[in-house]
Amino acid sequence: MKKKLRVKRSKHIDETYKISFKFNGKLYYGFKGDTLASALLANDIHLVGRSFKYHRPRGIMTAGSEEPNAIVQLHKISPWTEPNVRATEVEIYEGLEASSQNCWPSVNFDIGGINNFLSPLLPAGFYYKTFMWPASFWEKYEYFIRKSAGLGKSPTKPDPDIYEHRYIHCDVLVIGAGISGIISAKTAAKNGFKTLLVDEKPYLGGSTIYQNSEYFKINNQNSGSWLEKEINEIKKIENLEIKTRTSVAAYHGYNYLLARENLTDYLPIERRKNKTRHKLLKIRAKKVITATGSIERPLIFNNNDRPGILLSSAIKKYADLFGVACGEKNILFTNNDSAYETAISLIQKGINVEAIVDNREEVDSKLIYEVEKNNVKIFKGHTIINTYGYRRINKISIMQLSKDGQNVIGSKIDLLCDCLGISGGWTPAVHLFTQSGGKLKFRDEDQVFIPNVYPSDQISVGACNGDLTLNSILMNVPKSLKDFLNIKDKDNVYENFDVLSSYNNFKRNIWLLPSDKVLGKTKSFVDYQNDATAKDIKLALREGFKSIEHVKRYTTTGMGTDQGKLGNMHALGIIAETSEVKMGELGTTTFRPPYTPLTFGTIVGRNVGEYFDAYRKTPIHEWHVKNSAKFENVGQWKRAWYYPKNNENMFQAVQRESKAARESAGILDASTLGKIDIQGTDASEFLNRVYTNAWSKLQIGKCRYGLMLNEDGMVYDDGVTTRLGENHYLMTTTTGGAANVLGKLEDYLQTEWPELDVYLTSVTDHFATISVCGPNSKKIISGIFPGLDLSDKNFPHMSFKKTKIGKIHCRIMRISFTGEQSYEINVQANFGKSVWEKCMEVGKNYNITPYGTETMHLLRAEKGFIIIGQDTDGTITPIDLQMDWIVSKKKYDFIGKRSLYRSDTIRGDRKQLVGLLTDNPNEILEEGAQIVADINKSPIEMLGHVTSSYFSPNLKKSIALGVVKGGKNMLGQKLIIPMENKKINVTITDPVFLDKENKRLNA
Amino acid sequence: MFLINCPFCGEREQSEFKAGGEAHIVRPKQPTELSDDEWAEYLFMRKNIKGVQYERWNHIHGCRKWFNIVRDTSNDEIKAVYKMGEKPPI
Repeated sequence: MKKKLRVKRSKHIDETYKISFKFNGKLYYGFKGDTLASALLANDIHLVGRSFKYHRPRGIMTAGSEEPNAIVQLHKISPWTEPNVRATEVEIYEGLEASSQNCWPSVNFDIGGINNFLSPLLPAGFYYKTFMWPASFWEKYEYFIRKSAGLGKSPTKPDPDIYEHRYIHCDVLVIGAGISGIISAKTAAKNGFKTLLVDEKPYLGGSTIYQNSEYFKINNQNSGSWLEKEINEIKKIENLEIKTRTSVAAYHGYNYLLARENLTDYLPIERRKNKTRHKLLKIRAKKVITATGSIERPLIFNNNDRPGILLSSAIKKYADLFGVACGEKNILFTNNDSAYETAISLIQKGINVEAIVDNREEVDSKLIYEVEKNNVKIFKGHTIINTYGYRRINKISIMQLSKDGQNVIGSKIDLLCDCLGISGGWTPAVHLFTQSGGKLKFRDEDQVFIPNVYPSDQISVGACNGDLTLNSILMNVPKSLKDFLNIKDKDNVYENFDVLSSYNNFKRNIWLLPSDKVLGKTKSFVDYQNDATAKDIKLALREGFKSIEHVKRYTTTGMGTDQGKLGNMHALGIIAETSEVKMGELGTTTFRPPYTPLTFGTIVGRNVGEYFDAYRKTPIHEWHVKNSAKFENVGQWKRAWYYPKNNENMFQAVQRESKAARESAGILDASTLGKIDIQGTDASEFLNRVYTNAWSKLQIGKCRYGLMLNEDGMVYDDGVTTRLGENHYLMTTTTGGAANVLGKLEDYLQTEWPELDVYLTSVTDHFATISVCGPNSKKIISGIFPGLDLSDKNFPHMSFKKTKIGKIHCRIMRISFTGEQSYEINVQANFGKSVWEKCMEVGKNYNITPYGTETMHLLRAEKGFIIIGQDTDGTITPIDLQMDWIVSKKKYDFIGKRSLYRSDTIRGDRKQLVGLLTDNPNEILEEGAQIVADINKSPIEMLGHVTSSYFSPNLKKSIALGVVKGGKNMLGQKLIIPMENKKINVTITDPVFLDKENKRLNA
Repeated sequence: MFLINCPFCGEREQSEFKAGGEAHIVRPKQPTELSDDEWAEYLFMRKNIKGVQYERWNHIHGCRKWFNIVRDTSNDEIKAVYKMGEKPPI
């Protein structure tokens, strides 16, 4: 029963090395060198998948990365599973398991196939039209649509593979190692350029390497043999790096390209361990030579999508490279000479070619003579009007084309076959060129887009530049290289070639071939993967879509994983023809990266898990870890959040910590606060300009709180700045704002005020900052620094002292973010942990309690202190915060001053910071909850929202801060916070809940 | 990703730099003298040209210096780079 499909031996296949693999659960054999597609074809399997929309049976269509149909899932239920892989690119290995996608229960019998019969009901835009009404039903529709959508299944387990990124710099990058690429790489490298040659396939030489026909000769050798010698030669060139299995995904401006080097996908899984799977190459090339070749066009005719229908060039490749016959009764359908090349290859290998159906009336070249000699029937001026066979093509009907090619005439002829090769000519692969910003032009004589204007130092050569015959490649490529690389005559690598090529570039281009049925009754697929037909495109035009970008999205033409590499040109052609626009004026849709899909692993590289982002730890971090702190991320910092004891939850821990800080003593690691060292004779003037308040009169040794605005008057950052000397300040910023504040200050210094003598240095990482607060803080500090005079007279609130513990220099600021008496000890970072431990030891008698950011937030909220970014959001002025006291009236100018009296910023109904107390003192508001006055008004007017909310253990009630329109003048008013299941009544209060008189600071 | 020729460090990747918007917008010396409209003109109005545009850039992951470039926003071609305070060369 087994057909003999593995024909004449090919040197690219090692028939002594048998490989077993599974497809849809069944065991098959192939040989080393096979792709999954070639191995399946050798086993007489064409049907590999179902189409996206109609679930029509689909087979292998191509032999390369342009494949639209044969996409499979690998290793279905393993961590190595991968969806949407092109069978034409998978190199088989022992243990490979592949299965069909988008079908259930099996590819042979697929329930979804019913869509094919419903297809008159599923035109272009079906989903847009059908599921619009009623709008509220969308949620119900969506569930079913999502269920039926999608191709493969994405993996659910962590990716077991390793990925890497690598930067490459080269003089010349050559993309594509076909004959043009090989000539280019050799020319560049021999002339001293550091050259990189990449190709997506595992072998070099493109389609010429398996061209061993007598009809294509270079310097009297078969073109394949000639190229093989060239390849062996370039492998020895030292300044030429060659990478196979490497596909360029993206070509960005300035010759920056991304390529994926595939290192292990061809290995059995057990041999991949500890090896890098893919490398993302980030290539910066001085010059780029694109030699990406061309892709054969299909022909668009009725039922052109059955399994067993392949590109003619693919059939040739399977025969020549893999030694596989795609069928025993082959028919070729063409509008140009290249199908005759295929026929000759097949005849040479003893594969039966029944007939060639040619659109052209007039055909003349040596190839045709050769084919006819071998008893192949040639039907000139004919077209296929229909095909038959559900899971595999078995018959075609042909008719004669009318003179204008728009109709069929005469009588119908039926031909039996089991494989049909189609060739609609060639499309230059200009994807990367256009990605780089290149502009195309349309060449009317053979209806192709070719590169026209280059945006960077690059060139396209060979077939991708429109040289579609061996003759024109060998004539033009060396010439273009000579100009592009500035090569002198004496350094020329290639002399004139003696070329024999029997290929004629003439084709009869008909974008949509006619049938004996009306268009509405045909299924002529333009985009195979997305099931977009010629009918759909015409419908879109009838419905008024004009721009090709719109037609593309409406019909989904070119939107599959193959991005329409096969059918896009036909879509354009049909649009141009129907709307009577010239192709050149219509333009193309945008080709976007990646050229072929990349896995997320490749894009992410090593930045996974703990390496996802850099994180910063304070010098005291290890102590927090040891004392079971929970951490929160603040910018890149890991900050101690709270320290649960004896199974406490967060609420309980924070309540305990907050009480301890107010009743005796608390200690906080504040090392993450931004610190900027400011020096220079104009330092005071500088601070005057960047903060809202005045700085000139601040005495040495004193501290001051400052508020920084943007030029638009909105609060940007805050913090305490200490005057260390006449011309020396230490500024602190918020943790998250540190880098931006430094950047902003540098910006003003360099661009607006270059005359100021000021120097800024970030010292955030140089100091550890330990804040000890609470009524007993003074006792603890005096225990650590016995010689220091801590009396309120000599060391009052908002002042600074320099001192030492042993040999360790310390800066102590008496400043407070909690409202308690509080000291901040700054020491060189590497002493941070030991000083912290000293504080813990001395504070033991006072129940010193480490607290984290959550307690810090609660304590400051009790005092009504704001947090930038929590209580402000870039739309809040200091006046909105009721902090008028900090805005200097006397200063002539500071950043943002002018904006504070713009018509918008002086409005009385701006959102202003207020305190909120709930009627029920145990009810804690949700941060972000909306605040309203009248719940019956429709629509409800939103007055503001809650910005901070806590249960205060010290006040024994819930407290909150919020911003409310005109809130400043609403003290005592009742408002409502509507929640999902209830309404919460609140009263507007002053934002300071505790110790308004600041008695505790000096207690 | 383009390459920028930092006037202090030489040619570097775009990822080392931060864009700072349109160049040659000078902060008014006496903001208090300006009307709301005049101040708004300085504060908000930017040209956002498709074509040749003068821009501020900062070598933030390098020397941290600000400088100006002349860039064609339609194709990212950088036509000139010059230091702060210098006259645009083109």
